[in-house]
Amino acid sequence: MNAALETQNRQLMGKLLVIVVLMTGFGFAMVPMYRQICEALGITQTRAVAGANTQVDASRSVTVELVASSSGLPWRFEAIDRQVSIHPGELATVNYRVVNTLGRAVTAHAVMNAAPANAGKYIEKQACFCFSNQTLAAGEERVMPVVFRVRPDAPKDMATISLSYTFFEAPGTT
Amino acid sequence: MTAAAHAQDHAHHDDHAHHPTGIKRWLFTTNHKDIGTLYLWFSFTMFLMGGVMALLIRAELFQPGLQFVNPEFFNSLTTVHGLVMVFGAIMPAWVGFANWLIPMQIGAADMAFPRMNNWSFYLVVPAAILLVASFFVPGGAAASGWTLYPPLIIQQGISIDMTILAVHILGASSIMGSINIITTILNLRAPGMTLMKMPLFVWTWLITAYLLIAVMPVLAGAVTMLLTDRHFGTSFFNAAGGGDPTMFMHIFWFFGHPEVYIMILPAFGVVSAIIPAFARKPLFGYASMVYATASIAILSFIVWGHHMFTVGMPAAGNLFFMYATMLIAVPTGVKIFNWIATMWKGSMTFETPMLFSIGFLCLFTIGGFSGLVLAITPVDITLHNTYYVVAHFHYVLVSGALFAIFAGVYFWLPKWTGNMYSETLGKAHFWLSVIGFNIAFFPQHFLGLAGMPRRIPDYALQFAEWNMWSSVGAFIFGFSQLLFLYVVIECIRSGRKSEQLPWEGADTLEWTHLPTPAPYHTFETAPVVK
Repeated sequence: MNAALETQNRQLMGKLLVIVVLMTGFGFAMVPMYRQICEALGITQTRAVAGANTQVDASRSVTVELVASSSGLPWRFEAIDRQVSIHPGELATVNYRVVNTLGRAVTAHAVMNAAPANAGKYIEKQACFCFSNQTLAAGEERVMPVVFRVRPDAPKDMATISLSYTFFEAPGTT
Repeated sequence: MTAAAHAQDHAHHDDHAHHPTGIKRWLFTTNHKDIGTLYLWFSFTMFLMGGVMALLIRAELFQPGLQFVNPEFFNSLTTVHGLVMVFGAIMPAWVGFANWLIPMQIGAADMAFPRMNNWSFYLVVPAAILLVASFFVPGGAAASGWTLYPPLIIQQGISIDMTILAVHILGASSIMGSINIITTILNLRAPGMTLMKMPLFVWTWLITAYLLIAVMPVLAGAVTMLLTDRHFGTSFFNAAGGGDPTMFMHIFWFFGHPEVYIMILPAFGVVSAIIPAFARKPLFGYASMVYATASIAILSFIVWGHHMFTVGMPAAGNLFFMYATMLIAVPTGVKIFNWIATMWKGSMTFETPMLFSIGFLCLFTIGGFSGLVLAITPVDITLHNTYYVVAHFHYVLVSGALFAIFAGVYFWLPKWTGNMYSETLGKAHFWLSVIGFNIAFFPQHFLGLAGMPRRIPDYALQFAEWNMWSSVGAFIFGFSQLLFLYVVIECIRSGRKSEQLPWEGADTLEWTHLPTPAPYHTFETAPVVK
C-alpha cells in the first residue's frame, strides 16, 4: 500500500472517529433531551396528577370551619387554622394545637363530628391525629395536622362544613 | 475468465505460503481471509452455545410446570441466549463474511487497516468469555432480558458488570471493524469499480458499517450509565434519585432498532448475490436495491418507539412511531419484489444456497408481515411481550439473518476451501432446518395471540399443546445444525475439488478474476473493472 493511500485511509478513519465521538455525546445528550421533551409535552406533569389521583372541582369553594373541644379533660385544645376555603377534591392541611395542662401523662382519643349532619361522608382524611390514641406527658404541647379533602361529589348547596374534634380520655389507660 | 484467473494464480504463486504456521498464523494474522475464517468459526461456536441455551429453554417449556431449571436460571438463559446470538453469533458471522468477501469483491488486496482487523477479532473473544463465564459467578448470569432494562439490571450481582464490560468490548470491536470496512470500501476499490458497480453485498455492508458507528457509541453510553448507576451513585435510571427507567428504554432502542438492521442488511446483500446466480439473470433493479437499503437504514433511526408502545408515550408519539414503522415496509417490499422479479422467467436450479435463499425470501416475508401487525399501536398493546413478538423476531433473525448466513456459507465454501460440499447433505440440512424451524416458531404466533407472555418458565395449561410442538421443532432445528457442522468439515476434508466456477451465474470479481480456492494473497495488483 503506498504512502498516499495510507494517509488517505488515516484521514477517513479520523473522520469516522469524529462520528463515533459525536454519537457517544449524543447518547449522553439524550438524558437532558429526554427531560426537556417530557416537560415540554407535559408528560411528567400528567404523571404527577395521575399519581395524586384527585379531581379538583375548581368551579366552587367550600368553607371548612374547624372546631375543637375537650370533654371533661382539662386540656387546652384549639384549632390553629380556624377556617379554610378549599375547592372540592383539593387536598388541605390544617393544624391543631393541644397542651396537657394536668400534672400527669394522659392518653386521650379525639372523636370527629361534622355539621351539617350528612357532611361527614364527604370528608376524606388521609392523615389525622384522630386515627390513634394520643399520649401527652405532663405539660406537653403538640401541634397535630389533619390532611383531608372534600369529595368532589359533595352537594352543591353544602357551602360550609364544620369539622369538630373532641378529646376524651381513653378508658383504661390511667 | 478462467484464463484471467490462471494468470492471477501464476503471478502470485510465490506468495501462497508466505505466512507463519501453527498457532502463530492465527494469533498474529493480518490477512483478511484468515480473520474472516476466525470470525466464522468463532460465530459458529457461539451459535452452538446459544443453541444449547435455547434447547434448555425449550426443554423447560415442553410441559407446563417446572421440570429442569429454576425460574432464576431460566431468566438467565433467555437473557444470555439473546445476547450470545445477537452479539456472538449473527454479528461476528457477518463480519466474517465482510472480511472474506469485501476485499475480493472490490478488487483490493486486503482490508485498509489489517492490524486493527486482527485486534477487532481478538477483542470479541474475551467479551464472549465474559458473557458465558457470568453463568458461574454468584447470583448467576444477567437475568433481565437481553435489553438490560433497569431497575432489574441495577439490582443483580457481579454478572451484570461482566455483561456491561462485554458489551463495551464488543462495541469497541464493532466500531473498529466498521471503520475498517468503510475505509476499505471507500478507498481501496479497484480502478473502474464505481460505487454503483459494487456488488450489493458490499453496498449493504457499507451501510451497515455506518449504522454500527452511529449506534454502537449510544449503546456504550447507555450501559455506561447503568454502570455508574450501579457503582458510582448516579441516578440516570433510578426513580428514587430523580432518574427515569423509561429513559433507558428510549436510549437502548435508539441503538436497538438500527441494530436489528445491522443483522439483516448483510443478509439482503448475500441473497442479492445468490438469487441472480441461480436464476442466471442479473439482479432486477440494482439501483433501487441500493436506495431501498439506504432508506431502510435511515428510517431505522426514527422507529425505536414501536418497542415501547405500552410505556405511556403521548398519542402523537405512538402514531408517529406507528406510521414510521409501517413506512419501512415500502423499501423492504421493493427488495422482496426485486428478488422475485429476478427469479421471474430465470433458468433456475435449486442447489443448497438457492434453497436457503428462497427459504429466506418466504420466511423473512412472514416475519416482515408479523412485524407490520406489531407496528399497529392498538394491536401491539395487546401483543406486547407475548410469544407473538418472540415468533416475529425469530422469523426475521433465524429464517432471515441465519438462513442467509447458511446460504452464503454454502455459496462461497468452494471459493474458500477449494472443495465442493455434499449437495445431498446440504439439502438435507436445509429441509431439516426449514421444517424444524417452522414447527418451532410458527405455533408461537398462536401462543402469543392466545396471550402467553414471554420470558416465563411455566405457563397456563391451555398453552401446553403448542408449546410441546414448539419444543419438538426446536430440537429438530437445533440438532440439524450439527449436520451443518459435519457438512462443512466433510467438505474441507473430502478433497472433492470444486470447479473454478461452481455456480454458472456467479459474476462478481472473486469468481471471475480469482482461482478457486482463493489464494492466500489476492489482487496485489488491482484488476481493472470495465
